[in-house]
Amino acid sequence: MDSNSRKIFQENFKEIHPPLRPEEALVEANRCLYCYDAPCVKACPTHIEIPRFIKQIASGDLAGSAKTILEANAFGHSCARACPVEVLCEGACVYHDWQEKPISIALLQRRATDEANLVGLEPFEPGPDNGFSVAVVGGGPAGLACASYLRRLGYAVTLFDREKDLGGLNTHGIAEYKMTQKVSADEIKRILALGVTVKKGVEIGRDADPEDLLSGFDAVFLGIGLGETKRLGIPGETLRGVWDALSFIRHVKNRDLKPLGQSECTVIIGGGNTAIDAATQAKRTGAARVVLAYRRAETDMSAYEFERALARTDGVEFLLNAAPLRVLGKKKAEGVEFARTAVKNGKVIELRGSRITVECDRVIKAVGQAKQISVAKTLGLELRPDGRIAVDPRTLRSSHSKVFAGGDAISGGKEVVNAAADGKRAAYGIEKTLRPGAALPPGNEYWVSTIEGRRVAPIPPRSEEMAHA
Amino acid sequence: MPKATPDLSTNCAGIKSPNPFWLASAPPTNSGEQIMRAFEYGWGGAVWKTLGQDPPVINVTSRYGSLDVGGSKIAGFNNIELITDRPLEDNLKEMLAVKKRFGDRAVIASLMVPCERQAWHDITAKVMDAGADGIELNFGCPHGMSERGMGAAVGQVPEYVKMVTEFVKEKSSIPVLVKLTPNVADVRYAARAAKAGGADGVSLINTINSLMGVNLDTLTPKFAVGGKAAHGGYCGPAVKPIALNMVSQIATDPETKGLPISGIGGVSTWSDAAEFMLLGSSSVQLCTAVMHYGFRIIEDLNAGLENWMAGKGFKTLSDFIGVSAPNVTEWKHLNLHHKTVAEIDAKKCIGCQLCYVACNDTAHQCIAVKSNGKNGTSSRVPYVVQEDCVGCNLCSLVCPVEGCITMKPVETGHKPLTWDEYVKNGMTGYKEVYKRVHG
Repeated sequence: MDSNSRKIFQENFKEIHPPLRPEEALVEANRCLYCYDAPCVKACPTHIEIPRFIKQIASGDLAGSAKTILEANAFGHSCARACPVEVLCEGACVYHDWQEKPISIALLQRRATDEANLVGLEPFEPGPDNGFSVAVVGGGPAGLACASYLRRLGYAVTLFDREKDLGGLNTHGIAEYKMTQKVSADEIKRILALGVTVKKGVEIGRDADPEDLLSGFDAVFLGIGLGETKRLGIPGETLRGVWDALSFIRHVKNRDLKPLGQSECTVIIGGGNTAIDAATQAKRTGAARVVLAYRRAETDMSAYEFERALARTDGVEFLLNAAPLRVLGKKKAEGVEFARTAVKNGKVIELRGSRITVECDRVIKAVGQAKQISVAKTLGLELRPDGRIAVDPRTLRSSHSKVFAGGDAISGGKEVVNAAADGKRAAYGIEKTLRPGAALPPGNEYWVSTIEGRRVAPIPPRSEEMAHA
Repeated sequence: MPKATPDLSTNCAGIKSPNPFWLASAPPTNSGEQIMRAFEYGWGGAVWKTLGQDPPVINVTSRYGSLDVGGSKIAGFNNIELITDRPLEDNLKEMLAVKKRFGDRAVIASLMVPCERQAWHDITAKVMDAGADGIELNFGCPHGMSERGMGAAVGQVPEYVKMVTEFVKEKSSIPVLVKLTPNVADVRYAARAAKAGGADGVSLINTINSLMGVNLDTLTPKFAVGGKAAHGGYCGPAVKPIALNMVSQIATDPETKGLPISGIGGVSTWSDAAEFMLLGSSSVQLCTAVMHYGFRIIEDLNAGLENWMAGKGFKTLSDFIGVSAPNVTEWKHLNLHHKTVAEIDAKKCIGCQLCYVACNDTAHQCIAVKSNGKNGTSSRVPYVVQEDCVGCNLCSLVCPVEGCITMKPVETGHKPLTWDEYVKNGMTGYKEVYKRVHG
């Protein structure tokens, strides 16, 4: 990395949520009310027992706290940084009803898992070999989470990933000011220590036949995520200087800024969280002006409110109700022509004679990723109309009895925590399918209980209870 | 017309001070220089760190320990420091200087010498010469000195309390307070003995025998001296209820009723002090809170007490000293027909359900949540099944939201009945005012 890039990362990519000091964490942990049947636990897709891990921090049992977290969420170390907690656990905190600041659950989770990571805690053991083998396709959060629980249940696991670095979007797609690649690497290291056979640089469907997986393994888990960023379908899309958001972010994550070039003005097209990530990181890597263009109103954007606020703080300009018509330029992007739009009966319509041009030298497309359906098609899996793999919501089993799926491939694009929850659910789904009626190997009861969330039934009234006594 | 400022001056057993706040005999009163600084801040009095015979004692290093609760520092405090380790002459010289500069403040000499008449006569004479306004006999110190037959070793034997008090009273022309140890089964015996020996008043409580914990890394006791620990004396906010009870016992005991009391034990704020005074203390002594925050807390103590008095319409301390004591009684005199039930204000409830689980798991199973039937989900706001409520208070105690759960008195229509009366009535006359669980 050259000295200029180094300076950029030092100055512009400081963590937006720096860790709590141990004393701060103690004060914050003691603020937690230890709610009964806590709403935060329900709001977490992996149902981490949040009051419990916070109590463990308060009592000084950081190892126990980390274990509580990682039992429910194999990506708990990453999720402490990557999760949109404002709309999940922290958003559900009862302190909101009190008009008070919710508990900083993410930072407390980070306190526990950072400490565990620091001391090299390996809280779990592989289960005794049960004779079954599973192929996990895709080394992102869904696949790795699934692999970790399968290992704890005693399955032999072979994990295939087309990249040379595992972790999927957890490694390559989380905004650099939220999480560095080292966090993802540490998480993966802990999971792989359970004993997973890893085949890197192998793309199923290109380097290996999906059918072979069916014959070579007792079950297959597809955590293949989504495909390429969608095309805009407008002229000029192939000009130099037009990027898709994921490759742009990936360069930033790899701290490889040279190919991105200098930018006087970058136009981002899209209204989701990835668009925001691209916009803020374009700004932080030195673009003088960044314009985020979206064809509807701001309230229609799928990006979270706190993400939009962050972009504004970073100085990103919002161009709303603007639909791109073409990227201008001969060889290289020189601008984008937009039509002003309005929304009528839920549909975007172009306003006549309202075209505007934004001059720029870089365009980043962030209009979602296409579904990756070739593997599913080869295996003859049933797909949903929008191209997602159809699964049984309880077991995540696909229409094929041996094939399970999770993560973005079934959700169409959600958070790391959703993928981790899917991986966990699918591992148990595989267990129930391959070994129906078998007792769980010791040490697996707790995480299984977190799949649906440990439901707390209302305590029966005394009289009813005693009537049965 | 502006309201007259309440008068904070007090007279405790004949010892006068411009306000009722005294520094207890402890490290904050170890030297004249410290006491003068405290008086500059406005403290009403100071009980000098206990004086003894020369040669002075030797202290160990590592002396204090604390109990931190839920992230709160020093909820309880422990010490193994002995009496003054400075020569008697130095202390007396400084006492004279303090009195010369702060004539209106109370300087009380805390004393501890072996149980011999001459020893007590000698030291009593010396502190009178040094200008002390009063004497406090340290019969309470539970650590170290008690092994040498002094401090709590005296306070635990009523006969010794009386004897030594008599020794001092033979010589003293200034008021004598006897400082009592809580490390006894019933503090009233020592108080009665002090009174019988001629004491002008008592001060209590001294510290409670304690061991602060074990270090889970080294497996040695916490706050140890080279890996070894001796029990210490425990004080600080956590001991206040113990102290209040003992103060009220002496204030209500027919034999000691009216004996002046200097209240000690966990006083941190003006409101703590007011409570001690309502139960019969005419002065209060502080140490832990001062050791935590310094002498400057006197400003808030004085202001708070003054503001509260003004709000209550009290002009002098005697308007309220002891007024709450008559309401402290024995269990057998409590009204069995009194009924209160809990009420949850659904508007204030934040849905933490701590009351729900506390009541159901550990109390009387009378708080419920409504199931709305949809997917078995329930409202997060619990409600009290008031006909089952025994009025135990637990829910209101665990509730984090001020004023969300209140205990409402219920008119039962039954005339008051105490256990005493119930027994005298041949166990009749009780009307069930709450549901008792039958198996």
